[in-house]
Amino acid sequence: MSAKMGRFGKFGGQYVPEALMAALIELEGSYKTISRDKKFVGELQNYLKNYAGRPTPLTHKLNNTLGQALLAKYMGKTRLIAETGAGQHGVATAIAGAMLNLPVEVYMGEEDIARQRLNVFRMELMGAKVVPVSTGSRTLKDAVNEALRDWVGNSAGTHYLIGSVVGPHPFPLIVRDFQTVIGREVRQQSMKAEGRLPDRLIACVGGGSNAIGLFHPFIRDHVTMTGAEAGGHGLQTGEHGATLCGGSPGVLHGAFSYLLQDENGQIAGTHSISAGLDYPGVGPEHSMLKDTGRVDYVAVHDDEALSAFRYLARREGIIPAMESAHAVAAAIRMKDEFARDDIVVINLSGRGDKDVAGVAALQGGAL
Amino acid sequence: MTRIEEAFSSAGRPLFIAFIVAGDPDLERSVAAARALIEGGADIIELGVPFSDPVADGPVIQRADVRALEAGATPEMVFEIVRRIRQFSTVPVVLLTYYNIVHHRGISRFYREAGVAGVDGILIADMPVEESGPVMKVAAKSGIDQIYMVCETTSPDRLERILENAKGFLYLVSHMGVTGVLSALPSGATAIVRDIRGKTRLPLAVGFGVATPAHAEELYQAGADAAIAGSVIVEIIEKYKDDPESMRESLKKYAISMRAATNRRAGA
Repeated sequence: MSAKMGRFGKFGGQYVPEALMAALIELEGSYKTISRDKKFVGELQNYLKNYAGRPTPLTHKLNNTLGQALLAKYMGKTRLIAETGAGQHGVATAIAGAMLNLPVEVYMGEEDIARQRLNVFRMELMGAKVVPVSTGSRTLKDAVNEALRDWVGNSAGTHYLIGSVVGPHPFPLIVRDFQTVIGREVRQQSMKAEGRLPDRLIACVGGGSNAIGLFHPFIRDHVTMTGAEAGGHGLQTGEHGATLCGGSPGVLHGAFSYLLQDENGQIAGTHSISAGLDYPGVGPEHSMLKDTGRVDYVAVHDDEALSAFRYLARREGIIPAMESAHAVAAAIRMKDEFARDDIVVINLSGRGDKDVAGVAALQGGAL
Repeated sequence: MTRIEEAFSSAGRPLFIAFIVAGDPDLERSVAAARALIEGGADIIELGVPFSDPVADGPVIQRADVRALEAGATPEMVFEIVRRIRQFSTVPVVLLTYYNIVHHRGISRFYREAGVAGVDGILIADMPVEESGPVMKVAAKSGIDQIYMVCETTSPDRLERILENAKGFLYLVSHMGVTGVLSALPSGATAIVRDIRGKTRLPLAVGFGVATPAHAEELYQAGADAAIAGSVIVEIIEKYKDDPESMRESLKKYAISMRAATNRRAGA
């Protein structure tokens, strides 16, 4: 399952303007060397354990941002840029930048800035600059475009800290490597608690980084895997973010992968109750895993995710991120397929604090 | 000899290449804009194929893409614009597109339809030579020149690979950044011309940030075979989008001034 020539099967690649090729080649070379450097590996482990609080961190996003920010530092880069939708990756990048003393600029759609004031303020508190994006749909997709444009002009001193297993090679590989800590920990914990591997893994998929992080260490094992995409108002309405369930292959943001597009190859608008899944693309490795049938991808509707959000809060006292609630909903939907002694792992990739106000508003009670 | 090669070899002077976004602000006015530029002396027309996510483009061309898409621009409309241009002109037409548009229509179909409409060259802004295999198989047989970009960070081994595949002309990117009007010509613009000059027999055309006759003259002095102006032209179209007569006049006047710069070099 190595990404030979930057490909996962037929998916992946480097579809970028000529001006970015040198930066990608530099990143690939540096990553190969630095990721094998014992000092780097030790330093990253230390940050993840003693700073981010693994194995039970606030959000999986820090696995990636601490890893890439440290990589950037080793590469001699002096500035980080990132895109963000709901603001989770932006906040995680701001945290990593503050901790590693690198200035951070985060591109964020105007639409998202208006919806996510709290995260904007958190980023600014930590010294990051939030740059409003007013083009296109003014959401995550356009924030990625703007970050890429910045990087085209500034790649010599800047690292683009991409937020998921998307984008041109080597990003999907690097982000996967930093996220597989999730699956490795699940493996250890399952062996320790149950003496065997889990039977089923379930994770939500927007770009797909938490899902790849969970799935990848189990790819060769006899474990059933399900990816829960944002079904929005339903696939037939066209208002969703279920790229693998409802899309077709094409090129967006530097990679050949499934994407949501119209009959002329223009990128389509998306909808999801969860901002983190509101994206018309998906990681190229997921595209391969869909086509080979190794992972089953399902579309979870907004109302199912909302019910699962409330269900988990009431039944277990855990308020999950609305993204992760899609994985919970997929598990609820499949519950009749489970055997009595099945070990089912649902990846709660983030906490739901950020979603509480939104859910209250849906119930008609603004906080 | 392709129509693009013919244009460069027969002119006896450097060329002026004018870029517009196809379908901006709509089909009719886009054809009128091309006509005005050609009447003013543009040697080659570059037509941007509108795309929802043009990552190599700055705000001016992004806005033009939005206007064109809102006016219903499709690959079909782009080819129709080329057919209309062909009714009154034989200047070479180059499409500047993004990969997904070509892929989604089918590479073979896109190149076949483009060729029938009268397209002479195609540049895919987000297709580095590493990803060009499937396209080159088709382009080589289509009679359409596949055009490639080169910038200051293009390594010698990659340049070699690009030169093995490039036809028509080489598109030199003047600076590390996206498209857009700059007040002064980027310092790297003449440097890259001098750097590449001895390495290929392909004509060298410089774009990104090129806007004025003075910019063009500077490039010609450095040995460039063509100057490409884009955002400055799209700005004129944006300014006069509701005043077709002023748009035509203004575009023609601009093209005349750029064409004059090519003649000054010839007389020097």
